Amino acid sequence: MRYSAFALLKNGLTGNRGWTPAWRKQEPKPVYDVVIVGGGHGLAAAYYLAKQHGITNVAVLEKSYLGSGNIGRNTTIVRSNYLLPGNTDFYERSMQLWKGLTRELNFNTMVSQRGILNVFHSDPQRNAYARRGNAMRLSGVDAELLTRDQVREHLPFADFDNARFPIRGALMQRRGGTVRHDAVVWGYARGADARGVDIIENCEVTGFRIEQGRVKGVETSRGYIGASKVGLAVAGNSSRVAALAGLRLPIEAHVIQAFVTEGIKPLIDHVVTFGAGHFYVSQSDKGGLVFGGDLDGYNSYAQRGNLPVVEDVAEGGLALFPNLARLRILRNWAGLVDMSMDGSPIIDKTDIAGLYLNCGWNYGGFKATPASGEAFAHLIAENEPSDLIRPFRLDRYAKGALLDEKGSGAQPNLH
Amino acid sequence: MRIKCPYCGERDLGEFTYLGAADLKRPDPSSAGAPAAFFDYVYMRENPAGPLAELWYHGGGCRSWLRVVRDTRNHEIGGVGLAKPEGGAQ
Repeated sequence: MRYSAFALLKNGLTGNRGWTPAWRKQEPKPVYDVVIVGGGHGLAAAYYLAKQHGITNVAVLEKSYLGSGNIGRNTTIVRSNYLLPGNTDFYERSMQLWKGLTRELNFNTMVSQRGILNVFHSDPQRNAYARRGNAMRLSGVDAELLTRDQVREHLPFADFDNARFPIRGALMQRRGGTVRHDAVVWGYARGADARGVDIIENCEVTGFRIEQGRVKGVETSRGYIGASKVGLAVAGNSSRVAALAGLRLPIEAHVIQAFVTEGIKPLIDHVVTFGAGHFYVSQSDKGGLVFGGDLDGYNSYAQRGNLPVVEDVAEGGLALFPNLARLRILRNWAGLVDMSMDGSPIIDKTDIAGLYLNCGWNYGGFKATPASGEAFAHLIAENEPSDLIRPFRLDRYAKGALLDEKGSGAQPNLH
Repeated sequence: MRIKCPYCGERDLGEFTYLGAADLKRPDPSSAGAPAAFFDYVYMRENPAGPLAELWYHGGGCRSWLRVVRDTRNHEIGGVGLAKPEGGAQ
């Protein structure tokens, strides 16, 4: 059913008995044209496969319930403030898709382009941010370098004269912001389902059937499912799943933590990042401050972090905003990230015919969801990458064509 | 997570810095297959979900490099030793 103000009114007046489930609970069929593993980017890919390529005999397999993985564990930020050409263009495409997503999906994804401020604290950092802003503008992405006084207008309560980290200004992308991540899952699931895609929850892939270098299907916890093409979109667990098909990847699994405080009145209007440590924050519509920091820094599949990072993030937050000191933290949690060896994603074919890879999302997974889904659908349908994702090839490591946004080399915990 | 350093005893995670998998062998640059071997050494990782031998630096203590076997599924530490044997040559 289509959601509208009229449907809301009608159902409100008739006891809300007319609503139907947003997607069907499916039993797996024996064979599909395309099986996509992973109910995050995979849902978006299935949606665009059906919508843009007319391929609807598709199943999306999710090992738990929809939204249980990284797509429900991130801090909901969207932005396209990258430095390197391959990344800037790709994330900008994602921003374009975010902008129209609510209308596209007929589902309120609560896209809020509230602006993102990357605060800087020294002259060299100003230069680095100015360079990044200029690179963005050359690619047609909005960026503004704010003076200290301009930042004060946005964040009057920040500690501008902190002895160690005084605020000198900020790089601002006004179109950056937040999107409600659960709604993205549900919206894409509903859109894909409406076009005939089967969404199969609680279905974990346990193996691949590969004959003469071509994928034939996947073994799952709910039995064998045949498929002409299989797409892997399981960032966080990519190495594990790819190993089932005999592939090794230039990826380490790491853990990153996030936090939410008790709800307070509107305080922080934007997404703000601290430039001298590891802290970023936005305020949810419910009033809680959603914040996080950097990786814990060691390989992990545990979906939980450790206390030194909690302390580090809290210190960073208070150096920027001392007035947060008395807020109580309601929850903290962690998600797994595929840290690739250059800090940029991989969307490519593999040496196994019919097996496609979408992984290595580092910190960029959520904000990439629409563009990643669109590009992955194109790759699976056409068996050829679109121009947008040519820089994300798997063989770039062997060829030396890295996309190393931070220039920190093959040390994933430094990206 | 706490790591039991052979010199300092059980210490808080905040004192340690992580490098990565311990058993990567730097290939011989003069060997025939060196480019492929270096690609493998620099970029490819087993990234197991389970026990992993790793290098940790005890910068907040004795400043030794440690070889720690840790289960990546639950952070349980199986064994800790010095990265190079005591008194051993580099």
